[in-house]
Order: sequence, then C-alpha cells, then structure tokens
Amino acid sequence: MTALRDLIKRYQLASVLVLTLLLAVVLPLTLDIFRLNLVGKYLTYAFVAVGLVMVWGYGGVLSLGQGVFFGLGGYAMAMFLKLEASDPITTKIQSTPGIPDFMDWNQLTALPLFWEPFKSLPFTLIAVIAVPTLLAWIISYAMFKRRVGGVYFAIITQAVALILTVLIIGQQGYTGGVNGMTDLKTMLGWDTRTNGAKYILYYVCVALLIGSILLCRWIQTGKAGTLLLAMRDKEDRVRFSGYDVANFRVFTFCLTAALSGIGGALFSLQVGFMSPSFVGIVPSIEMVIFAAVGGRMSLVGAVYGTLLVNAGKTFFSESFPDLWLFLMAALFIGVTMAFPMGLAGLWQDHVVPWWAKRRSEMRKDKAAAARRAAEDDASGAAPEAAAKAPRAAGTPERLGDVAGQRA
Amino acid sequence: MNFSDLLNIGLMQGFAGLSLFAVLLLMGLGLAIIFGQMGVINMAHGEFMAIGAYTIYLGSQLTEQYAPSLMPVYFPLAVILAFCFAFAGGWLIEWSLIRHLYKRPLDTLLATWGISLAMQQCFRTFIGPKEVSPTLPDWLLGSWAPVSGLDIPRNGMFVLALTAVVTCGVLLALSKSRWGLRVRATVSNRVMANATGIDTRKTDRLTFAIGCGIAGVAGAAFTTIGSTGPTSGQLYIVDSFLVVTFGGAASLLGTVVSAFGIAQTQSLAEFFMPGSMAKMLTLTLIVVILMMRPQGLFASKVRR
Repeated sequence: MTALRDLIKRYQLASVLVLTLLLAVVLPLTLDIFRLNLVGKYLTYAFVAVGLVMVWGYGGVLSLGQGVFFGLGGYAMAMFLKLEASDPITTKIQSTPGIPDFMDWNQLTALPLFWEPFKSLPFTLIAVIAVPTLLAWIISYAMFKRRVGGVYFAIITQAVALILTVLIIGQQGYTGGVNGMTDLKTMLGWDTRTNGAKYILYYVCVALLIGSILLCRWIQTGKAGTLLLAMRDKEDRVRFSGYDVANFRVFTFCLTAALSGIGGALFSLQVGFMSPSFVGIVPSIEMVIFAAVGGRMSLVGAVYGTLLVNAGKTFFSESFPDLWLFLMAALFIGVTMAFPMGLAGLWQDHVVPWWAKRRSEMRKDKAAAARRAAEDDASGAAPEAAAKAPRAAGTPERLGDVAGQRA
Repeated sequence: MNFSDLLNIGLMQGFAGLSLFAVLLLMGLGLAIIFGQMGVINMAHGEFMAIGAYTIYLGSQLTEQYAPSLMPVYFPLAVILAFCFAFAGGWLIEWSLIRHLYKRPLDTLLATWGISLAMQQCFRTFIGPKEVSPTLPDWLLGSWAPVSGLDIPRNGMFVLALTAVVTCGVLLALSKSRWGLRVRATVSNRVMANATGIDTRKTDRLTFAIGCGIAGVAGAAFTTIGSTGPTSGQLYIVDSFLVVTFGGAASLLGTVVSAFGIAQTQSLAEFFMPGSMAKMLTLTLIVVILMMRPQGLFASKVRR
C-alpha cells in the first residue's frame, strides 16, 4: 500500500487517476453515445496537445506543424479503411471496380503503387507511427543539428504543414483532394459505425491516451526530462556539460510526432473520415492553443484544455458562429498575455494555496479542539484525544495532495 | 510555335512572376523590418495587407458614388491612406500587446495569430465574406504591347513601380534617416542605445507601425492583380515568412533577392505543371535549402 502511494507521489499520478476516472467512468455514464463519440474525437486532438506539452512546454521548441503528423497518421489509417470499404462488390458501378471512389472519379484505372501495402493491417499500424516519426526525424535532425530553434523552427514546421496541405489537395486522384477520404465503414469486417464499436473505440482511445500521458510523465521525471528543462532555460550550459542538445530534442520531437500519428489514426477510426482540414496551418496552430489553455507545462492540463476548447468550439459554432472566432482570438491573446501557464497554472496558483490555507486552518481548529478536549477531560483520556487529532487532520491532507497534483 | 513565340511566352510568364514578386517583396519588406530588426513574429501581417486592400476597395466605392470625376486620381491617394490605416493599426497593436511580449517571441506568435483571427472575423462581419475587387482607374487597365504577341499588363508595371519606390524608400530611410539610425542602434545593442538617449520603446513602436504600413501598401498593390477576401492575407503569410527567412532575417537585400527567386521559380514552374504543384515544389525547395543553410542566403556577418 505504501509502495503504491510512493509510486503515485513519485510520478504525480493522482492527477492522472482523476483524469482516468473522469474519462473512463464519469463521461460514459453521463453522456449519450453521440456526445461520447464527440469527446472521443476531441481526445484524439489531446494526443497532439500532450505531445506539445513535451516539445513546447518542456523542450521550449514550438512546432506549428503538429497537424502534419496527426494528418499522416490519420491518412495512413484512412487509406487502409478506404481500401476495405471499396471492395469490388460495393464499387461495381465504377468503371474500375475495386479502387476507392475518388480515384475512379479522377480517371485512375489502377491502384497506385504506394497504396498497395495499405491492404495489410499490420503494415498500416506500423505506418501510423513510423511515417510521422520518420518525417519528424528528418525535419528535426536537419534543424536541431544546425542549432536552429525557436522562431525559425516554428516557421519551417508551418511551411511543412502548408506543403502537405497543398500536396493533398492538389493530388486529388491519389489522396481524395479537399474532401478527403470519406465513408470509412469497417475494419477487418468489424462495423465501426455501430454504438458498440463506438464505445470500444472510445475506450481504446482513452486507454492509449492515458498510456501516452504515463509514458511522457515517466520521461519527464527521469533524467531526460530534467535535461529538457535545462536545455530550454540555458541551452549553452547543457552543451558545455557535454550533452548533445540536438539528440534530446530530436527524440522528443519524434515522440510527439508518433503520439500525434496515433491520435490521427484514432480520429479516422472514430469519426469515419479524414480530410486536409486537419492537416494545415489553421488546425496545427489551434492544437497549440489546446495545450496553451490547459497549461503548457501540464500533461493532464493539456487534455482538459483540449476538451474545454473543443466543447466551446462545438457549442459556439452551433449557436453563435460569428462569435466563435472572436472568442478564439480572445483565447489566444488572453492565454499569452494573462495566463501563460493556462488552467494548470491557475489551479497551482489559486486553488492549491487556498486549499493549503484552509487545511492549515482546519488543522489549527482541530488542534485547538483537541487541546480543549484534553483540558476538559480527565488526564487519562487526554493522550488518546491528542493521538486522534493528527489522524483526523491527516485525512484532508491526503485529499489535498490528490487535488493539488492534478495541476 | 516558333522561337519568338516561345520567347514572348517566356517573357510574359516572367512578368507574371514579377507581379507576384512585387507583392511578396512588399509583404516581406514589412516582415523583414519587424522580424529581422526587432525579432518579433507578426502572424497578423497578412491581415494588415488585407486592411490596405480593403482601403483601396472602399476608396473606389466612395469615389464612384460621390465623386465620379475623381476616379482617375483616387488610386494614389488611396495607397497613401492604406499605408496610414495599416500604420495606425500597427501602432495600436504594438502599444496594446506586442510591447509586453518582447521577451517571449513564441508567445508573440500566438498572440498575433489571435489578432489575425479577430481581424478576419471583423472583415467578414463588417465588409462581407465575399471576395471584392475595386474598380480600377482606366490608366491601370489594358496592356502595353511593344511587339505584337507580347502583352505586358499595365497594372503589373504599376505594381512594379510602386514596389521599387517603396523598397528604395525603406532602404534609404534605414541607412540615412534618423529613424533608421535609431533602429540600427537598437538592433545592434539595445542597452547601449538606451544609454545614449535613444527612446528604444518609441523606436520599436515606430518600426512595428512602419512594417505594418508597408503591408498595407502591399495590399494596395495586391488589389490590382487579384480580389480580396477576409482570408486573403492568411494565404500569403507563410510565403512571406519564407521570403524573409530565406533571404536571411537581418538583410533587406536578401529579402529582395529571395522574393525574386521564389516568385520566379513559382511562376516558371506554373508554366509546366498545375499551380498547386508549382507552389508545393517551390515551398519544398525553400524548406530543403533552409534545412541545409538555416541562416538564409545573406547571413549577417556580425556575431550577436
């Protein structure tokens, strides 16, 4: 029991536990399947936000091209699902049965060579992680080895996002163009559009997200996390100490790319389509705001930020579409000007001290009550009361820890 | 198709590239001043361009309605107005936002992106979501044909002339004027510049506002070759950032060269393949070159 508590304390797992409870128990019990599916869709963005906490909050390198990796993962999955959805029987009205519908519309008569491997699920699952990681490695190795960082890195990654969007939209016959890949129905014959499948996919998504958070937390608490922070604050000193700064950054960037790829694949599975509108500059920078709202230093905060911003987006763009962009603008400006540490920062700065103050007051009250009880009681009962008092005070203390570490 | 036809097509394609070059250069100049000299990322730069473009549009609408006789002369006046409006907007934003964020360049990027979103929505609400184009005066329409088969559009020539004037003006102002002196002093050593009595905060604000004003002029030039919508600015923002980084952030000459290179590559590639592929090819080329040579074409020799 104490070993478990030590583990929780060491890796600050209490906040992760609270999040797991919320995602795996509270939300499925309170929301209908439509809303839960929406939450599942938001959670796929949370993979990107968690990655951004690692690379931006801890690494100090802002990437404005995370949508690229999300999109690559999503497209890899979508290609597999699309191939399965366009078997020769369902597509027999096409002039070339057996190829995806958009290829037929664009006068392609055979499946392009790079689509062939996506007929196999294992290859697809590998590609979901490997393709984004490889691209991330190329970009980051070239940049970080030449000691490029900060603003330049942001601009280059943004340009990469633009390039990929233009490429996808331009090559309509191979990628589905601006509409993307639609009508993704089954995975190895398993219908992903039924309610049961949606529940299963939601839980898969939650499990993978929590797993990614734990992985990132493990990296953060280890030596690599400390080094990342040190590099962010005083890059030169870390370099003088004999560490290769670039390698750590490349590793972190590739890790976030892999996470984003997983998020994208889950998006294709849960939502049933993938389009270039999740790849380009605008979605990439929106993903940054998810992490910023939640708190750029907090993995769990990033998830809350993603959920909040997206819920707000869905709500406002349904009821006041004109207002939403203004609100989004206010979020961008407010989060940079007033709350640079986001929700997690607010929690840490206001709720935690308030709780600590209340706790110490409560303890004082308890101690005073115990003293009074000791004075009132016979001398024999006093030690018992005094022994009880700290134990009574101990309960809120632990609760406080649980809540405090959420941030 | 004989040789002279081919030459003419090449020339006209090259000239189309020159119009793109003009817009990219004007956008890049403003950014180069703001980013290169101050180290601030202005993601709302495209929206300042849109302000300029909308100023021209409103100017043409108003002149057409109230003073049709002034149609031939409104355009130059509107260009000056476009500069003034964008200048005022830049001044305001520097005062309200940017000056608090000089120490955090990545946060400036996010904050100015927020501003650009708000401005886009303003354009959409107050002017309309549709793309608009102003009624151009007659002397800007048509083309000039020195040889038969070779048509050089007049608006393109006007845009080029405007760009040349603005570029020379900025280069001169930076090297000869008081403001230029202050900017250069602030860039090379802020603390020392402060100590010698230069008001670096005021210099920053003026620099930012001038950069935005030039974006307004870019918008004015843009209206002669394309129509303006609420998101037109955003389409150019990545290209203009690449122009600045490719040229070497601190070098205005580099900006000119890289704008020329990028525009010509893109417009020549457009002749051989669809527009989107040409754009992708150009951008990929720049990104790959920047990965090999991150300091850009003209790196500043001074160590900082």
